[in-house]
Amino acid sequence: MEFGLVELSRLQFAATAMYHFLFVPLTLGLSIMLATMETVYVMTRRPIWRQMTKFWGTLFGINFVLGVSTGITMEFQFGMNWSYYSNYVGDIFGAPLAIEGLMAFFLEATFVGLWFFGWEKLRPRAHMFVGWCVAIGSNFSALWILIANGWMQNPVGAEFNPMTMRMELVDFYAVLFNPVAQAKFVHTVSAGYVTASIFVVGVSSWYLLRGRHVELARRSIAIASAFGLAASLSVIVLGDESGYEATHNQKMKLAAIEGMWDTEKAPASFNLFGIPDQEARETKYAIKVPFVMGMIGTRSLTEEMPGIKDLVKGSEGRIRSGLVAYEALLQIRANKGNVAPEVKASFEEHASDLGYALLLSSMVEDPLTATDAQIEAAAWKTVPGVLPMFWTFRLMVGFGFFMLLILTYMFWTTNFRGGRYPQWALKVSVFIIPMPWLAAEMGWFVAEFGRQPWTVDGLLPTALSASHLSVFDLAVTLGGFVALYTTLLIIEMKLMLAAIRKGPVHDVEAVAAWNARHAPIAPQPAE
Amino acid sequence: MILHELLSYEILRVIWWVLLGVLLIGLAATDGFDMGVAALIPFVGKSDAERRIVINTVGPVWEGNQVWLILGGGAIFAAWPILYAVSFSGFYLAMFIVLASLILRPVGFKYRNKREGFAWRTRWDWALVIGGAVPALIFGVAVGNVLQGVPFSLQDNMMPIYPGNFLLKLLGLLNPFALFVGVVSLAMHVSHGASWLVLKTEGAVQARARRIGTYAGLLGIVTFLLAGVWLAFGVEGYRYVSEPDHFGPSNPLLSEVVRGGSWIDAYTTRPWIIIAPIMGVVGLAGQVLLMRLWSGWSVVAGKVGIFGIISTVGLTMFPFILPSSLNPSASLTVWDSSSSHMTLFIMLVCTIIFLPMILAYTAWVYKVLWGKVTQDEINSNPNAY
Repeated sequence: MEFGLVELSRLQFAATAMYHFLFVPLTLGLSIMLATMETVYVMTRRPIWRQMTKFWGTLFGINFVLGVSTGITMEFQFGMNWSYYSNYVGDIFGAPLAIEGLMAFFLEATFVGLWFFGWEKLRPRAHMFVGWCVAIGSNFSALWILIANGWMQNPVGAEFNPMTMRMELVDFYAVLFNPVAQAKFVHTVSAGYVTASIFVVGVSSWYLLRGRHVELARRSIAIASAFGLAASLSVIVLGDESGYEATHNQKMKLAAIEGMWDTEKAPASFNLFGIPDQEARETKYAIKVPFVMGMIGTRSLTEEMPGIKDLVKGSEGRIRSGLVAYEALLQIRANKGNVAPEVKASFEEHASDLGYALLLSSMVEDPLTATDAQIEAAAWKTVPGVLPMFWTFRLMVGFGFFMLLILTYMFWTTNFRGGRYPQWALKVSVFIIPMPWLAAEMGWFVAEFGRQPWTVDGLLPTALSASHLSVFDLAVTLGGFVALYTTLLIIEMKLMLAAIRKGPVHDVEAVAAWNARHAPIAPQPAE
Repeated sequence: MILHELLSYEILRVIWWVLLGVLLIGLAATDGFDMGVAALIPFVGKSDAERRIVINTVGPVWEGNQVWLILGGGAIFAAWPILYAVSFSGFYLAMFIVLASLILRPVGFKYRNKREGFAWRTRWDWALVIGGAVPALIFGVAVGNVLQGVPFSLQDNMMPIYPGNFLLKLLGLLNPFALFVGVVSLAMHVSHGASWLVLKTEGAVQARARRIGTYAGLLGIVTFLLAGVWLAFGVEGYRYVSEPDHFGPSNPLLSEVVRGGSWIDAYTTRPWIIIAPIMGVVGLAGQVLLMRLWSGWSVVAGKVGIFGIISTVGLTMFPFILPSSLNPSASLTVWDSSSSHMTLFIMLVCTIIFLPMILAYTAWVYKVLWGKVTQDEINSNPNAY
């Protein structure tokens, strides 16, 4: 791949987004767990729950600021690096981002400061309420961001306006209740809950292995394993739902994940293993599990799933149809809208394929002069890199099921084996702490790399979306962001580890007071 | 959906122009004092204990305040997509500097106190100074450039372009007038931060803040007035050649604009807008005077000043938002750079629902946190910065 402006812009978006998503999932899950722990404290008034809330809250805070900091970049770089995209779809895409600020991020950010500073200023109930506001705010934030992202995957409720040369909103409800967005939202926040659960279980396991803070660690595992078990089931079910939705609107992404070059007879089989070869257009050494893919993709035994080659043929047809719309569009623009009704009708008939004609604009000066060979080449460009899609997806799913297994085991041991965790389970729990982050990053890779060559599926090619900047501009900012983020990430990890090593602050007075109050009613055996 | 026809496209455009101002003013009036305070840390706090007091005056609130920035970005994206596209990519390297500084700020607040050690903490202090002062300066520089026109053009397919060498472009942004407006902005933010410190601290820190705040406030008034004179005699304005269609499609290339005349002409066609600069000067003056008497009202007066200064820019330029010096007809105005009628309406409904809620719970948070920040309070809270 030649590293031009578009590639550098993509690399920068990928880098800043992936850094951002190192911090977001923990915020999503930990905020809910903190609020839950504090609710238990408010209900029971046992000091241990307050101590737990404060301890995990400290780790939450260290992580939270970097999520916020790196999030600012995310919002600004659409305009900075993707200005054509921003103007082309801002009428639809901008709204969920703005509503995110109004409805969710304000709530989260206004209360998070009070949560840290308000322990002595608020009554316990009010403080708990503040914690829930932070949790709800964070999770609603994710909802709006995924409504925006879902629209890029499945652009509903919008029409192209030739007079403004951009997509415009026609149906807000369709954007809001986009099935892709809904499935992605639950899948993503659940992944965040799993991340936080694995983190809490892992850190607590480390304490148990060392015999430190045993009371805190046991309670934390109890909460996190239950929460994490439910969340991992939800991740998997909604991941499946995403696959089902993709069958309807992103067939190419699904075919690439599957390495399925030819349309198979229904129900299609699932490639457990294989080495997809983009040049030869086949998947070598495939180990097939019959029926499974058809069942995931169509939930039926008779519906066919198209392979890559057939989908490319479809794209070719859409390019040709898009060219009709493109030609009509040029006439409409040249005459400021005053054209014969046939031209308008022809544009409207083919407008939904306009984006496919734009695929040609990075290959030829004037798309209307494209040769058949160029059109075929453009059609093949609608296939994302199959090998990376195939393996990233399988690793992600593998990690997901492994985490489900561990969380199930910890949950079962907590509830049915009196919390006698074997050494190996504790060690595995510590060892897999990075796993949810890896899985989440892979998930984003599959979702976004799999959408290529589009920024908005079927509407706007990535090659056309980037700003007219110089390579030097991008080199400066890419280098700058990576250096800054890496420095901050190292500092963050060090502070996290230091805080974990230090452990919770023991509020001796509160514990003694609680014990004194409760001793006459429930005598404790002397230790 | 027919509902959005309740308000005409023209009215919605004007409303969103006003809301754009509200967001910028909200940003400067809330996050503005955080920036001012951050820029002042080593100058008003001489010992570590004093600096912690300074930082903790904004510790619980900067996160919420910063959302004005996020919301501002999102609202420009949603309501003025082409403005968002052209300005953010046109000011590319300047935006990067702002972002990098803004990123340092939250991290500085949160991490500074997580470790002992003089070098560690001093380094974060200076990171915070950068995080406060640089965005405040560059926001002003950006406004200075907007007033002069920005060298961009639009291709026929609406692709924004900025011909020229990237380094010369960056240097072009740092021209004398723009830097001067940057000083106005910096002085405004620093004096506002100082008045906040006078309200929230006691003793030596308060005395230093009052002194710096007085000078910064006076500098703000003088430079604001001089910038007005400079604008009147040294900067060309822009105007429409023909009456633009207030209900037309958002396509800047459909209308014709020329450079010429002065922005100050607006004060003869719309004399009432003189109230904005008057509010700016009176507000800043009130902030300085009341710092000695009644520090709570000094902060309020400072916000009035910010309101006046930012409104001055908007009202002077109306209906222009981002003029193009390269191709004046590509200039972005209220009438040709908004979102669609439906998007503006839906966003307005969301704003009407959520903005009052935001103001209400923000007010509650400030009420809970009311009072001076003291040493004892910081020592008793392990989460304090």
